[in-house]
Amino acid sequence: MKQKWNWPIWVGLMIAVGGLFSYEFFVQFPVTRDFPWVNLLLFAAAGTFLAVGLVRAFGRPQLYHGKIFGSIFAVLSLCLFALFAYGVFYEVRQVPPSTSAPHVGQKAPEFTLPDQNDEPMALADLVSGAKAVVLIFYRGFW
Amino acid sequence: MAISVDPPGTNRRQRQKLGFTYTFLSDPKAEVIRRYDLLHAGAGQKGADIARPAEFLIDSTGTIRWLNLTENIAVRARPEQVLKAFDEMEQTAAR
Repeated sequence: MKQKWNWPIWVGLMIAVGGLFSYEFFVQFPVTRDFPWVNLLLFAAAGTFLAVGLVRAFGRPQLYHGKIFGSIFAVLSLCLFALFAYGVFYEVRQVPPSTSAPHVGQKAPEFTLPDQNDEPMALADLVSGAKAVVLIFYRGFW
Repeated sequence: MAISVDPPGTNRRQRQKLGFTYTFLSDPKAEVIRRYDLLHAGAGQKGADIARPAEFLIDSTGTIRWLNLTENIAVRARPEQVLKAFDEMEQTAAR
């Protein structure tokens, strides 16, 4: 009997890879970054295809390839998912507690820092010229 | 205005590239970052000390009226949240 191509296994792996690497794209939008539902859906889809492929390979080995490479791809995809999950559920939450940060009602600590044109800017000057100032501290290394 | 450890040169370039019009301040030794207790030691490239993300709304007297200390660096304050805090601040002043 001629063996058929067990395409779900290949598609599953490709989607898992897509699930991981597409995060760089989806991370740009708060709606897909705050909770990475798109990437999780992709991994779920990958898992489904791999499961179908493995069921075929083990259930009907005369008809379908894939017992060995299917198992390898499945493990690989699980590793990709583990890497992803570690990054988006654990690593991003490793933030210092900042318990001594100034709180609401306190005066914002004064400072003077160079702006993008190397001109010194004092917080007091920025505050006095405006109704309000939004101070955004970000991680940097852009 | 935005603050990070990035130098003015990087800020100038990125600000232009991304089309931002607000002020970018440079705190390369993380001195102000430390003063605000926002240091995230070793979290930057090559183990550099950087700021953990935080947003503050400061009124015209220099008082902090709202702040956001995220527990997840992927989740930052949205513009709507800041605008809402600003509106509430204005309403309080109007009373």
